[in-house]
Amino acid sequence: MTRLPITKTPKPYVGGAFIRSESGRTYSLPDAAGNFFANVPQCTRKDLRNAVEAAAKAGPGWAKRTAYNRGQILYRLGEMIEARRAELIDTLVRFGAGRGAAGREVDATTDRLVYYAGWADKYEQVLGNVNPVASPHFNFTVTEPMGVVGVIAPDAPALLGLVSLFAPVIVSGNTVVAVASERTPYPAILLGEMLATSDLPGGVVNVLTGFRKELVPTFATHTHLRAVSAAVDVADRKTLRLGGAESIKRVYFSAAATERDWFDERTQSVYAIRDFLEFKTIWHPIGA
Amino acid sequence: MPVKSPPPALRRLFDEVGTVDSVGVEERVAKYGTRSIKKAAKVWGLKTAVSMVDLTTLEGKDTPAKVASLCQKGVRPHDDDAIPPVAAVCVYPSMVRHARRALGSAAKVRIASVATAFPSGQAPLKTRLAEVRAAVADGADEIDMVINRGAFLAGEFGVVQDEISAVVEACGPLTLKVILEVSELETFDNIRAASFLAMRVIRPGDFIKTSTGKTSLNATLGNNQVMLEAIRDFYLDTGVAIAMKPAGGIRTAKQALQFLTAVKETLGDAWLNNTRYRFGASALLNDLVRQLAKEKSGAYQAPFYFSESAESY
Repeated sequence: MTRLPITKTPKPYVGGAFIRSESGRTYSLPDAAGNFFANVPQCTRKDLRNAVEAAAKAGPGWAKRTAYNRGQILYRLGEMIEARRAELIDTLVRFGAGRGAAGREVDATTDRLVYYAGWADKYEQVLGNVNPVASPHFNFTVTEPMGVVGVIAPDAPALLGLVSLFAPVIVSGNTVVAVASERTPYPAILLGEMLATSDLPGGVVNVLTGFRKELVPTFATHTHLRAVSAAVDVADRKTLRLGGAESIKRVYFSAAATERDWFDERTQSVYAIRDFLEFKTIWHPIGA
Repeated sequence: MPVKSPPPALRRLFDEVGTVDSVGVEERVAKYGTRSIKKAAKVWGLKTAVSMVDLTTLEGKDTPAKVASLCQKGVRPHDDDAIPPVAAVCVYPSMVRHARRALGSAAKVRIASVATAFPSGQAPLKTRLAEVRAAVADGADEIDMVINRGAFLAGEFGVVQDEISAVVEACGPLTLKVILEVSELETFDNIRAASFLAMRVIRPGDFIKTSTGKTSLNATLGNNQVMLEAIRDFYLDTGVAIAMKPAGGIRTAKQALQFLTAVKETLGDAWLNNTRYRFGASALLNDLVRQLAKEKSGAYQAPFYFSESAESY
């Protein structure tokens, strides 16, 4: 007896659920050989709006977790990726990576998560401070997460690029609305399935699929997004800067110029965490 | 299990006013969500909805200062002058005089007061009427009363109507809103029957209102539709135009536009103003203003740019 082929409907992970675009639109995704692979939801600015609402709802609970617990959860996400390593490698290969390069990308992704997981309960000691002041005050600076942050992933490396951008953002208690690689969105959809099983509360990381040119202007102007971390071309940088000025948000662009740069361990640092923090300085009277 | 048939009195009332095709109602209201309302029509709808809001705070922790700030917000919901004031503020009777002090005597925003032992209505009639008179004396413009659900479900319609008549008399020239508390009426048939009982004893321009907002189930498109159709049938029979107020559970601008669609498609343009239709809500106003700001600027707005409204319904 012949079986019906069971093909998968790729759905992005938003608000703890796997969604279709509210518009009902999809675009067809070919694999590297040019064969039809799947129809991927073409998310719109309204999907982005809904994702921001979901992220805002998840925010306070996530920020209230202990730093140690956030680190555990990021590490657990690394574990989930490690467990499905072979599947991720096959996927990357199907979309054009060499087998060796795909293996390196998946491992680098896991390592990056573990790196930032380690920082979870340590960045505060490095970035916060007790300030010497010339008055009877105990003066100290502490960090707070900003809120909802937009992430625009590079086209390649599809998996490592996305994770490198969102990991330092969520580690401090921010929540993320990301748009996946336009050219190779499928690894981000797989990643969504791992996010869903990694103890990460729903809504902390939301990954949309769709076209940059439709989504970037909304990332730029949405006032609920407090910052954007993007790997984009010159034209999109301009859109983001203009919209960012209008909506008073921080805009950071990835320094990685080539695909190789994303693998460089020097691109990961505590300063990537600092970029998405607010600093609060407190003057506490200590008496005479 | 055999379906429990309603008591004979209710049965006779159903024969008289007609029953509701509940599947048909649910199917019809599901379609209201599919209308595409964009650009100018959307802005018109949002502004109309703002002008229909009964901005409500009904909590044990209400204070005169909170009521005063609610009044401020009602008069000027946003710094954009194109956004109209709300229809009314809705408060407990003890807060009416504070609202009157905050709004002044010639206010564009009316003061509605819930009365008659809101939300349960479980107090002696004498006490309930005294509460109405106190609210009237303190300067309320509108009274929101609750019906006696126990009497209704027991089939004692005379009691229900007599009590409403007594409140009509007690509130004098003020607008009256009769809360049916649909969640305790259980079926669409009962909602329709209760609507008719109320409409027969109130005056043109008085309201029937879905709920108190204090129970689990509040205004839905379904029970709103049943009541709108009751108003339509009553109007076609008698020529008396009764107004409608859904209350509770309407939190988003999108929902409000769906309710307005229901009004437009059931009763027509004559009901699309705040003398014939109101929203009892608190959180709704912020979302309406937020969506208006979005339509104006083109950028999605963060909720923290808009002042907090009162919690609960």
